[in-house]
Amino acid sequence: MDILNAFAMFANFVLIPATAYGAQLALGALGVTLIFGILRFANFAHGELMSFGAMATILATWGLQGMGVSIHPLPTALLALPVGILAAITVALLSDRFVYRFYRHNRASPITFAMASIGLMFLLAGLIRFIIGPQHQHFADGERFLISAFEFRELTGLSQGIAIRQTQVITFVVALVVMAALFWFLQKTKSGKAMRAYSDNEDLSLLSGINPDRVVMIAWMITAALAATAATLYGLDKVYQPFIFLQMLLPIFAATILGGIGQPVGAILGAFVVAYSEVMVTYAFRQVVGLLGPADWVPDSMLQLMSTNYKFAVSFIILVVVLLVRPTGIIRGKVIER
Amino acid sequence: MSYLAATHMTCGYGGANIIEDCSITVERGEVAVVVGPNGAGKSTAMKAIFGMLNLTEGSVLLDGQDITHLPPQDRVPKGMAMVPQNRNVFVLMTVQENLEMGAFIREDNIAPTMEQVYELFPVLYEKRYQLAGELSGGQRQQVAVGRALMTQPKLLMLDEPTAGVSPIVMDDLFDRIIEVARTGIAILMVEQNARQALEIADQGFVLVQGQNRFTDTGEALLANAEVRRSFLGG
Repeated sequence: MDILNAFAMFANFVLIPATAYGAQLALGALGVTLIFGILRFANFAHGELMSFGAMATILATWGLQGMGVSIHPLPTALLALPVGILAAITVALLSDRFVYRFYRHNRASPITFAMASIGLMFLLAGLIRFIIGPQHQHFADGERFLISAFEFRELTGLSQGIAIRQTQVITFVVALVVMAALFWFLQKTKSGKAMRAYSDNEDLSLLSGINPDRVVMIAWMITAALAATAATLYGLDKVYQPFIFLQMLLPIFAATILGGIGQPVGAILGAFVVAYSEVMVTYAFRQVVGLLGPADWVPDSMLQLMSTNYKFAVSFIILVVVLLVRPTGIIRGKVIER
Repeated sequence: MSYLAATHMTCGYGGANIIEDCSITVERGEVAVVVGPNGAGKSTAMKAIFGMLNLTEGSVLLDGQDITHLPPQDRVPKGMAMVPQNRNVFVLMTVQENLEMGAFIREDNIAPTMEQVYELFPVLYEKRYQLAGELSGGQRQQVAVGRALMTQPKLLMLDEPTAGVSPIVMDDLFDRIIEVARTGIAILMVEQNARQALEIADQGFVLVQGQNRFTDTGEALLANAEVRRSFLGG
């Protein structure tokens, strides 16, 4: 029974939250990896693009709530998500039209693109703070738990409960559906194949008559849709706070590079590795270990490798180690050229 | 009037001209081969004909139509197809997807063309679900030629199709290229293996330092003592 209890506790505090977090990171990293595959630069504005999408979703959610529209027990934000996606797509296409297209036509180096994206990141960050303000926003409504810790204990008779929040399940299901749709698009449709071809060999895709402007446009649209979805799910699961998206860039980039830049499957793998590492390294295992042995065998320490304040160090370490040991990532991807 | 008439082409990178007053013509259903020593401007001439380099002088006519100022991707719908020397397949895509990408601009049913390509290169049919990057050099060249044929071109340009493949594969590739020409497609090919290439050539162009040195039928060039001595190793 104690082993089951220990597992329940581990699942409750590590497995389930990390899986939800991993799914959110994966959606973010997919966008970064797509843009790298097609436009060949590291998009630092991606975090703010996510933030912008989530902000638009929140504004639409408030509008719907004000009108009394509800899809209870599901959160209203799911209904508002298309608005957020459209807003993010608009921002992405406008930024491509007025910033990146100029550099693309001048055949600028990847580092120039990256610098331009940093500028755009600050611009968007400022805009977001103007519109919705810097403070955090709760916008999750609907049923809170699919199964609460109390119900779980009643049901199983264990002393430790597994609480499954509805937002965690929604995150996971939505992420799964979106990823499946993305891979179907890339593998089966003509436009998707053209995107892969363009990412694979730009010159040869031109010789085949593939229109680069169209490929770039589709890449931005998909990326923006993924970004808005990821950030909305993150906000539902935790809270929406504008400054978080600057910090989230680090785990997202770590996931992208770990998985292999330009490799969608790699981005998903990388995201889950980063998410599990981050949660496990910063979790205090004392109680879990305590349940596994005699009552007094646990040491006094918390059995926590790193304080949660340092959770971003985990991504940073992963990033540095990958770049040193295997710069191409798990699935051999592109290497960022200077 | 030749199907492709690239006449008096002059162009280069930066200030220096790589090719000067260079003329190349190809007839329908014939194989034209451009040979010459390293640095003679063979590949540059190909790029110029396909519009990847801007001409400072001269013109390119395709079927009598002036295409001198058309960008490369707009020459594809006109019936031109090019197999570059390097990086000429999509390595992360399957053989079949490579062929599909070749037919990207086509709206009609591509299945018959794909069947023709598989008939021409049976090994590609066996490997159609394999990634092109996993194939041998010779098979890759076949994918590259197959991809170019998928647009149903009227002029197929090949930049050193036999670079880096074994002699047996080379003979095989040349046989296939003749087969393609017999279907009425004009073929323009740059080759390092000058002797073998001229053997299958209806028309041969020997370039030296960016200029036409000899222009004749393949047979006549092979028989020409000076050509043999200077370019074919005796």
